[in-house]
Amino acid sequence: MAVSNTGVDAAGDFSVESLTANPRQARKERLIRDSLGATALVSVLISALIIWSLFSEAWTFIVEVDWGSVWDIGWFPRRGIYDIKTLIVASLIVTGIAMMVAGPLGLGAAIYLSEYARPGVRKTLKPILEILAGIPSVVLGFFALQWIAPNLVASLFGGPAAGSLLAAGIGVGVLVVPLVASISEDAMKAVPMALREASSGLGARKVMTTMRVVLPAAVSGLMAAFIVAISRALGETMIVFMAGGAAQTAVYTHSAREGSLTMTAGITSLARGTDNVVGEGLTFQSLFFVGLVLFVLTFALNLVADRFVYKVREQY
Amino acid sequence: MVQTEPESSPTVGLDIDRKVGLTSPEATLNAVFEVENLDVYYGSFRAVQGATFTVYEHEITAMIGPSGCGKTTVLRCFNRMNDLIPGARVEGRVDFRNVPIYDPRIDPVEVRRRIGMVFQKPNPFPKSIYDNIAFGPRVTGMAKKRGDLEEIVERSLRRAALWDEVKDRLKDSALGLSGGQQQRLCIARAIAVDPDVLLMDEPCSALDPIATTRIEDLMQEIKDDYTIVIVTHNMQQAARISNRTAFFTAQLDSTTDRRCGLLVEYDRTETIFSNPSDERTENYVTGRFG
Repeated sequence: MAVSNTGVDAAGDFSVESLTANPRQARKERLIRDSLGATALVSVLISALIIWSLFSEAWTFIVEVDWGSVWDIGWFPRRGIYDIKTLIVASLIVTGIAMMVAGPLGLGAAIYLSEYARPGVRKTLKPILEILAGIPSVVLGFFALQWIAPNLVASLFGGPAAGSLLAAGIGVGVLVVPLVASISEDAMKAVPMALREASSGLGARKVMTTMRVVLPAAVSGLMAAFIVAISRALGETMIVFMAGGAAQTAVYTHSAREGSLTMTAGITSLARGTDNVVGEGLTFQSLFFVGLVLFVLTFALNLVADRFVYKVREQY
Repeated sequence: MVQTEPESSPTVGLDIDRKVGLTSPEATLNAVFEVENLDVYYGSFRAVQGATFTVYEHEITAMIGPSGCGKTTVLRCFNRMNDLIPGARVEGRVDFRNVPIYDPRIDPVEVRRRIGMVFQKPNPFPKSIYDNIAFGPRVTGMAKKRGDLEEIVERSLRRAALWDEVKDRLKDSALGLSGGQQQRLCIARAIAVDPDVLLMDEPCSALDPIATTRIEDLMQEIKDDYTIVIVTHNMQQAARISNRTAFFTAQLDSTTDRRCGLLVEYDRTETIFSNPSDERTENYVTGRFG
């Protein structure tokens, strides 16, 4: 039967069939929807599996460990001394130093790129910044070990030339500068031009416009940049392992000038191939326990940041 | 000094006789802006060519014309807002109370403190109503004491006929206001820094007729204190509220093969609408074109 595009057939009839979907098209739509749903489900499932495996081994540790050994003189997992505060404090020190480096540098670069740089300069600098973000951390680990530790830290602050938390922290800071700069710049660029014009029109200087209009309006994006950077710094492994100044064990310290193990470095030094994870009973499980602590820390950080952003944001 | 000679080269490409300027000299009025041979470029593109006219004190001057005729561009020359656009360049003379504002010694920030601007789309800051009004006085260091600021905020909101509607929720976000209220807030924000002139770039084009009427009433009320220059798409609005009207049009520039804004006629508003001297003006105001 000759049916035209309008659904009116040769006889001039128009019926429900004229407006009914082609069953093959409808099947295709359903297939697409279902397969996309499946991919979403798989990623959720993988995350759940990771958390489950983390929890189950960590639970064994939590139940069976002698808690006296979890608050002790240092991290000596092969000898049954799992002082978690050594690792947590080292992680916090490294992350703190990293953010002291990356915060001002990244934010400054972002403000320059978004508010001050001419379009041509921005077009060149932004991609370079994004390429920097792709430097493998092992390369920066070398840099931190070979240059930052002996030339910067040892000569300025008198730490060991072979590596220290300070050297590792600066290295991690360098690593996350592009991250902070890039996300912050995107957040500031997203602030509508109309707000800048309103501010300029009132006789505000550029620095005032930036500080009082652009930054407050971009605050949720800026917070996101810092959270991502902190999470990255907490989770960074290679630089802290190479330049942190401790190989397998660490005595508790809260001095950035000394060497120690962060949570990630502690896990790495212990888990270099399963054969190496030997020692007193719970050594293997301690890995998962440390992993769980790291996971909880990062998770809490995200929650707190969410609350904070909700309080201070200026929605435009 | 940005003092350009009158166009001497014949490469102008626009063969029109410019019947701009006033039919009768207005000796008794103070000039606020004197514009002479104003050319505005965005990169190599000439957006406005050879505009010459004068804006008088305590009047409402309207700029009308079809899209792309350069009326907004000219408006943005008055407070050097075009400086914010990369590649924008101005030639010719723009005097604000006899001071050439494109002189290299002039700081555009100082110009903008004296010449306020209201934009097409209401653009309140994502802050509280109070902080929106207080923004200008704060960044320009006008308010010395805390009490000063509160007084300025109240006075500005009253002036913009918004006080009664918002006085109980000054700490609420300005974005919770309706479009018309937001625009009156923007007017209040502009007059909070006590400017000499208010530039308005199609301030009612995003508003409904009732909100539009309120803004027009407001303009009539405040024109005794300020000089107002308004760009509008709405000819009836120009006829209703303005003392003088500048009609711009877009004409093909034969040297660049692109359309370029041109001031066709500038006169008292009743003359422009009832007895224009240029045929293009007549066609436009009678609705035969544009």
